[in-house]
Amino acid sequence: MSALAVLPACSNSGGETKPDEKKVEVFSWWSGPGEAEGLDALIANFKQSNAGVEFVNAAVAGGSGTQAKQVLSDRMRNNQPPDSYQLHAGLEAADDIKAGWLEDLTGLYESNGWKSKFPAGLIEKLSISGKIYAVPVNIHRSNLMFFSPKKLAEWGIAAPAKTWTEFLAQAETLKAKNVKALSVGATWTQLHLLENVLLGELGTAKYNGLWDGKTDWKGADVVAALDTFKKILDVSVVGTDDWQPTIDKVLAGTAAYNVMGDWAAGYLQGAKALKYKDGYDVVASPGSTGVYNFLADSFTLPKNAPHKTYAEAWLKLCASPAGQDLFNPKKGSVPARLDSDKSKYTDYLGWALSQWQDTKTVVVGSLVHGVVANNSWKSEIEKAYGVFFTGKDSAKFAASVSAAYAANK
Amino acid sequence: MSKLKRRIGRWVPGLLLVSPSLVLLGVFVYGFIGWNIKISVTDWKGQLETDNYVGLFWYKQLFADETFHNDARNLLIFTLVFILGSMSVGLLLALLMDKGVRGENILRSIYLFPMGISFIATGIVWRWLLNSDPGEGTTGVNDLLGLVGVHSDWHKSDSQWAIAAIALPAGWALSGYVMALFLAGLRGIPDELREAARVDGATEFRVYWHVVRPMMYPVLMSALVILAHISLKTFDLIYAIAPLDPRTETPAIFMYLTAFRGNFYARGAAIATLLFFAIAVVIVPYIWYSIRKERTAR
Amino acid sequence: MTRIFRNLVLFAFAIFFLMPVYVLLVTAFKSPGEVDVVHMWTLPKSLSFDSFSLVWPKLQNGMVNSLMLAIPASVISSLLGAANGFVLAKWRFPGADVVFPVILFGMFIPYQAVIIPMSGLMTDIGLKGGLDGLILIHIIYGLPITTLIFRNYYIGLSEEVIEAARVDGAGMLRTFAYIALPLGLPAFAVAMIWQFTSAWNDFLFGVIMTRTEFWPVTVALNNVAGAQTVPFNQAMASAFLASIPTLLVYLLLGRFFMRGLMAGALKG
Repeated sequence: MSALAVLPACSNSGGETKPDEKKVEVFSWWSGPGEAEGLDALIANFKQSNAGVEFVNAAVAGGSGTQAKQVLSDRMRNNQPPDSYQLHAGLEAADDIKAGWLEDLTGLYESNGWKSKFPAGLIEKLSISGKIYAVPVNIHRSNLMFFSPKKLAEWGIAAPAKTWTEFLAQAETLKAKNVKALSVGATWTQLHLLENVLLGELGTAKYNGLWDGKTDWKGADVVAALDTFKKILDVSVVGTDDWQPTIDKVLAGTAAYNVMGDWAAGYLQGAKALKYKDGYDVVASPGSTGVYNFLADSFTLPKNAPHKTYAEAWLKLCASPAGQDLFNPKKGSVPARLDSDKSKYTDYLGWALSQWQDTKTVVVGSLVHGVVANNSWKSEIEKAYGVFFTGKDSAKFAASVSAAYAANK
Repeated sequence: MSKLKRRIGRWVPGLLLVSPSLVLLGVFVYGFIGWNIKISVTDWKGQLETDNYVGLFWYKQLFADETFHNDARNLLIFTLVFILGSMSVGLLLALLMDKGVRGENILRSIYLFPMGISFIATGIVWRWLLNSDPGEGTTGVNDLLGLVGVHSDWHKSDSQWAIAAIALPAGWALSGYVMALFLAGLRGIPDELREAARVDGATEFRVYWHVVRPMMYPVLMSALVILAHISLKTFDLIYAIAPLDPRTETPAIFMYLTAFRGNFYARGAAIATLLFFAIAVVIVPYIWYSIRKERTAR
Repeated sequence: MTRIFRNLVLFAFAIFFLMPVYVLLVTAFKSPGEVDVVHMWTLPKSLSFDSFSLVWPKLQNGMVNSLMLAIPASVISSLLGAANGFVLAKWRFPGADVVFPVILFGMFIPYQAVIIPMSGLMTDIGLKGGLDGLILIHIIYGLPITTLIFRNYYIGLSEEVIEAARVDGAGMLRTFAYIALPLGLPAFAVAMIWQFTSAWNDFLFGVIMTRTEFWPVTVALNNVAGAQTVPFNQAMASAFLASIPTLLVYLLLGRFFMRGLMAGALKG
């Protein structure tokens, strides 16, 4: 082992707060196109107003977010917290809060008057037992259905389906033209579809009830919605690809529709250079018009963050209209704040922002993207889905999810 | 100096030289196996470690869990297909190359290099190559098979055999290594032995069967150990190609997801413990057998 | 006739082995709009090195870290494996037959199962965060296979060489250093190839055990792919770049590698 002694000793001692050190470390899973540029814009702004502060950008991407979470849990467990870390707003934070890892930010919200700057529905979804632990930077929408308007017209379909029943009827027309009604890929995209089928079939009240125990999973209506989901899979091309190649099938004309979050709009306009309303178009997924099934990336303040002052400066930047307007046009999402600069959001994002800020819009939370279920229950739902996908037994799936809720709420 | 003292004097330095490794492995292998066993009988769920004793609760749950059955089945299929496939391809290549071909060095390097590339790097490519879309959307390997008129659906989306398709990239990575092992083994056989058989009038096939085959068993065994440990540890590959997909999930993936995605740390530890036992059941008799054989041979 | 057939089969296999590399390369040269799973086999419309120049700055730091990590990890692990292998094959002590399987079993540990206790231990002994701790980990988990390689190699070494040294009065360390080590060079090629490959390609230990500035190239590689949108051409370009060092090791050590295998390293 003597050979090791000659190597530089460059290890963390970790754990202690270093209020005098001019440094801040922000942990996220943003490293890909759009998201990395948005983050860089925020970092540049942060450096401008906090001259001389070193910014450590700790980003770990991939693995459906599991890798980032694993690294983070490991650091928290060993008392080496970053100064701020990314979380999906909502119950994804529940475990971390229970573990006592997060500072309550309610005070920060009050002293900065943030509560009135965000939609009330969002504040409600962000609160856990009346306290807020995270600052949302952006809002994504899950319940969207993408299509090619020209292709749809070619196939003789006048307007995109407004309900799943209408969708299944259209599927018959499409079948005659040798086109699949929908494209869906890797398991998480199937779950993404499933949550939006449940939303469309059950309506917002019952959908919300699924996550707080008020709607019985084993009820006839839920099982019927699951059966509808199976019918939808039957008329779909079910692949194993991630979402990009899956939505490509809509462009190629193999499938008519694709249900995906609004990051897909960024991909279609960016990499694929398509025009909104012309090369591609998008509506709320069937049965969810006027509903915003949201997910939000947010930042937190861990307990024992070594550089708390700068961490708070980071959170303030994330919450500010300037910060949100720097980040979101690049990321392809809309700002969570109601007073942002609308002129910065065009094409799809212009429509999305007007929907988000419309007071008549009903806000519900996404399962797949961490809003409505804690990590344990969510992973049990994913596990049960695996059995459902191979066995196709709706009642059994509903019973497993319901049992998992009771065991993990 | 007494005889005993001299003997001790002879083997003490050897023991000393090995002991740092033993201590390190003692902690990093056996200590951590112990940790897993210990955690697997607690109720640790969620981010904070809890240590209330729950006995065999997680094990009983796993034995009743459909997902775990499915994953164990997948692992079994994967291991069989992967080991048999890599072995046969490796052996075939070695036999073809044994007599010497032009450009052997280049060919050998081509067969070997996939081992050096991580699946973090090639995962996306393999995902595309194994794409299973029907009809017009067909891509990847199916595209190529289509060229020769066999559109196969062996890895089609609803196939129960999708896990067998994962053995293709795994075999791609390692059959070259198996080839190298066998080739080295073949070349290690003295020419005189084969010649002697030929002089006795044996056909080429009989030379291989009676002279070469018995001498290849040791190589076969070590290739088996290498492939078996890769097979049981295969994680990156499956995770890169089809995360969360029940058709390709193995116990190692289940353990990772349930522990690090769902925070069921005790359940993850129970799966790990079961894996250790499964490995021990297969490996220990093999090692014991080969050491005993070696001793009688000496 | 058989000769032609033989060459044909070998050539077909070579094509199969190169297939993923072909897809990797043509995709890396494509523009983002051109990338499409359905057309994965088609050649790019124009030859553009943009993806390569875009990803190189993102990989650079990780490449350096990975080199700093993989070289000492493979050298030290091979040396220790050589010592273990030598002792277990030629300088045996009572119980050596038990010690060998005890070491070998470590090969089968699934890494995901040890990450939590390992991280706790490394934190406690102050080795978490830097490259030194990560090197130590790779050395340790490399020991089973390097020991196996050298033990099997040294078993084939003639007893007389060792005995001669013994008669000359050389102790174990001297016999090991002056006789066994030089003779073990082919086995080194085999052990180094394994170890360099596994240290270079490791993601899990690297991302957990080191701080941001010491992340190995696999973490950078993983980050190019992004969390939501994957720029396929860039991902493939970086995959190619990150594979170059292992390819070089294979080319450099390739010849010794075969020699090592032939001399009996890794013979059951």
